[in-house]
Amino acid sequence: MSDDHKHDHDHGHGSELSEMQLRVRALETILTEKGYVDPAALDSIIETYETKVGPHIGAQVVARAWVDPGFRKALLADASKAIAQIGLQQKVGDHLIAVENTPTTHNMIVCTLCSCYPWDLLGLPPVWYKSAPYRSRTVKEPRKVLADFGVTLPDETKVRVWDSTAETRFIVLPMRPAGTQDWPEDKLASLVTRDSMIGTGFPKAANEVSA
Amino acid sequence: MNGVHDMGGMDGFGKVAPEPHEVPFHTDWEARSLALNRVMGSAGEWNIDVGRYWIETLPPAVYLSSSYYKKWFLRLERLCLDRGLVSEAELASGHSSGPGRPLKRRPLSGPQAGIGLTRANHDQPARAPAAFEVGQKVRARNIHPRSHTRLPRFARGHVGTIERIQGCHTFPDAMVEQGVEQGEWLYTVVFDGRELWGPDAEDGASVSIEAFEPYLEPA
Repeated sequence: MSDDHKHDHDHGHGSELSEMQLRVRALETILTEKGYVDPAALDSIIETYETKVGPHIGAQVVARAWVDPGFRKALLADASKAIAQIGLQQKVGDHLIAVENTPTTHNMIVCTLCSCYPWDLLGLPPVWYKSAPYRSRTVKEPRKVLADFGVTLPDETKVRVWDSTAETRFIVLPMRPAGTQDWPEDKLASLVTRDSMIGTGFPKAANEVSA
Repeated sequence: MNGVHDMGGMDGFGKVAPEPHEVPFHTDWEARSLALNRVMGSAGEWNIDVGRYWIETLPPAVYLSSSYYKKWFLRLERLCLDRGLVSEAELASGHSSGPGRPLKRRPLSGPQAGIGLTRANHDQPARAPAAFEVGQKVRARNIHPRSHTRLPRFARGHVGTIERIQGCHTFPDAMVEQGVEQGEWLYTVVFDGRELWGPDAEDGASVSIEAFEPYLEPA
């Protein structure tokens, strides 16, 4: 990680930024000196979230569900159990629930009370997922929220919003794009966007990835 | 508590604005804040519910104006002070003035710590059979506890349908208020948009919450 981005995201709060750098460093130093915190563990955790855990994991799961009806059924019945059995490198947690989009129902995931998110399948949540606009509006006006993402659903499609208010975690199983009948699993996975697994987007179309 | 964190259904926050160029962390301190929270959170001194409560009890103006990782940091700093893990004087000086005390569990350590990160299991043994069954109509209770709760305000007083029974889980309210791991049945309860928002609901919308049994009564 670099600090190259800090000016872009500073938004004029330069004093807050330096204050936060100092405060976080102070707490880390104290906790380390007391023997509570091992800096090597901090580095490892950061590296995991920066490089190992991300939406590519969820995309593998979705692609498998698209090609394997038995896995799809198992995933919808108990996602934690089904995913544990396909041998992903990174272990996933319990109480994962996969909800399936159909031509008649579109699912969206939110956490109105904090920012609960299936980190083990999708990695770090994006800033917008944790933001007040998304958390406040999705339960009341999901179609207008989708419009902010440039997503429009047919009027007759029902929208189901899942508020993650407990330790269950949700992932959307999006619909398989048309024209991908003979595609291998890894190529299908390249169509699966993070937002399609939150319900604020769709998978890429077949013609959006190179042959 | 009826805090600003319970923002489902509030208006006025503006459009959802995805970042054009997403990065895992915008600054180094964001990454350190996340990792410090993960390590100290593994020490058994508080659980996820207590951690959430200490974010919810930030002053409302601070909550709304702080970034996600700043809230995480402020929570950790306050919890470490409250639990006697650090002192105000140490925070002011930036250094420890004495050795630490024993922690309830050995925190994550070592260069492989990231590999060991897995979401905790919250299953608890059932103390009684589930009171509600799939398909049953229930009303979310009209309760306003001053302490931590995971029943969002927008659902309170409204009638929904039990859609799934998710097992018996640690009840956050009891964990925060009494410090006990009390198992309660957890249900997915789905509400029609019109039930929640009346004529202001969007067509064909429904919303579910994950509701612990004490949040519900027969309708």
